[in-house]
Amino acid sequence: MDLLILTVIILVYLLVVGYVGYIGWKRTKNSADYMVAGRKTNPYIMAMSYGATFISTAAIVGFGGTAGLYGIGLLWLVFLNIFVGIFIAFVFFGKRTRKMGHNLDAMTFPELIARRFDSKFIQYCTGLIIFCAMPIYAGVVLIGAARFIETTLSIDFNIALVIMAIIVAIYVVLGGIRGVMYTDALQGTIMFLAMLFLLIATYVLLGGVENAHQALTNISSLVPSQAAATGSTGWTSMPTMGSPFWWTLVSTIILGVGLGVLAQPQLAVRFMTVKSNRELNRAVLIGGLFILIIPGTAYIVGALSNVYFLKTLNQISIVVAGGNLDKIIPIFINSAMPEWFSYVFLLVLLAAAMSTLSSQFHAQGTAIGRDFYETLFKKDTHKSILITRAGVIIGVLIALILGFILPGSVIAQGTAIFFGICVSAFLPMFICALFWKRATKEGAISGLIIGTVVSLFWLIFIHKKEAAALGISKALFGTETLIMTMPWPVVDPLVVALPLALAVTIIVSLITKPPNEKHLEKCFNGIN
Amino acid sequence: MLGINDPWIWGAYILCILSALLCVVYGIINWNKGAEHEEEEIMEEIEWHEKEKEMEEKELGIWDEEG
Repeated sequence: MDLLILTVIILVYLLVVGYVGYIGWKRTKNSADYMVAGRKTNPYIMAMSYGATFISTAAIVGFGGTAGLYGIGLLWLVFLNIFVGIFIAFVFFGKRTRKMGHNLDAMTFPELIARRFDSKFIQYCTGLIIFCAMPIYAGVVLIGAARFIETTLSIDFNIALVIMAIIVAIYVVLGGIRGVMYTDALQGTIMFLAMLFLLIATYVLLGGVENAHQALTNISSLVPSQAAATGSTGWTSMPTMGSPFWWTLVSTIILGVGLGVLAQPQLAVRFMTVKSNRELNRAVLIGGLFILIIPGTAYIVGALSNVYFLKTLNQISIVVAGGNLDKIIPIFINSAMPEWFSYVFLLVLLAAAMSTLSSQFHAQGTAIGRDFYETLFKKDTHKSILITRAGVIIGVLIALILGFILPGSVIAQGTAIFFGICVSAFLPMFICALFWKRATKEGAISGLIIGTVVSLFWLIFIHKKEAAALGISKALFGTETLIMTMPWPVVDPLVVALPLALAVTIIVSLITKPPNEKHLEKCFNGIN
Repeated sequence: MLGINDPWIWGAYILCILSALLCVVYGIINWNKGAEHEEEEIMEEIEWHEKEKEMEEKELGIWDEEG
């Protein structure tokens, strides 16, 4: 790859993104504009922005690489991403979130929930959880982009990380969400077209849809022995039910990320940026196609890369990538696709990383500025913008540090951890806030605390992957995980934490005093 | 089907396409629905923000263009 051509392409791209971000910045006049873009966003911009935020380098590089090992079964995640992440999220959650956000004049996800339940505690507690947990996700998204730059340009991984972080920080701090949404939409468009090309090119390369799949089915005996021992049966079949491989695929990857999307603060806030339900209806159309093509392509191509590498190098993908799942997609693109596509794909990853990171840092900044600082210390919004911007910078720094220290093959796992915590902590109170008038402040707070505490406990003491890596259980109790009996060490925290948190929210709500009728009327005004 | 033997896998493949189609059909059918209260809501918000701005101006004495 020619470094000069690449530098020019990236510079031109950054100039365009910078210009679009600048237009957004110029229109950002006050705190409300900075937070939710004044609620007047075009449906194409909204859907593309939601999609580009939702799908990041984590999905393309991390989960694409994961499909290189786990196979096409990952398409269940695409199905949930479309059906739950787009259809249910927009049609059922989005419309209510938008209307309630309007009724309560809420600007952030924590603020919406807090005003609905009339609890400052919810706002700063949720803000604090977002601020603390988001860096894991932001860190792995940064890694995703940096891995491709590392593989393509043969430059140092750490330098690539720093460059990415600086670019994203500058434009989020300057633009706020409107700048973020405009650039996201531009980036979403680039991602869509390039991934569509990648899907078609890969199928053509391997002799068509049916032939490519058949070839992958035929090599099922070649799955790595370690994967086979834990339940893998090939790339085009589900793992043995109840095996560790099955639990990881189903509970962590498919359910964790598939359901987790509903309670993502940086995604939920997007519903509050549209002016009417019409925009959401239109966005469903665009969003459904977007998700089908982008992660759908990544997972199919990730799995099919095994056929390609077997033909050309006589090795399966995980071996070619030296055991690091995060390198499968970058190596496949660089060896199987025409050279010009490597340039385009780098832009795609840059776009995917920037769009997700900027929204993450934005959510993180507003979490600390508006939700935590402003709520806890009752300071004016003028000052909280400064804190918000400082929060963005701190978020970038923490993500960058995590990018340096996290190990290989971490992208999908890191994403799943963040999604898992969000779904267990936020989803019960979010569902109740939108759909159940009887839900009380005490119920919501109990669910929030139980969901968070059980998730963290499970990650630190039970779920083997994280518990063993953290070493806290080992240090305290002399054993890697507190429960050794299968399948518990491979069951994702969400399987336990989400039902518990939901049950607690409901039970505590039922035994506490119903909320004030007048307040409910205000919240649900115009919602059937 | 599609070169895949396991119905759980080709089923997922088909479901992905069907759910995307559902989104497309839903989007087309409801393309122009749901904007009935748009103006009313925007007016309300402008009013709220005007009030908020006034309050802040009183408290701070200034209002910075860039916020």
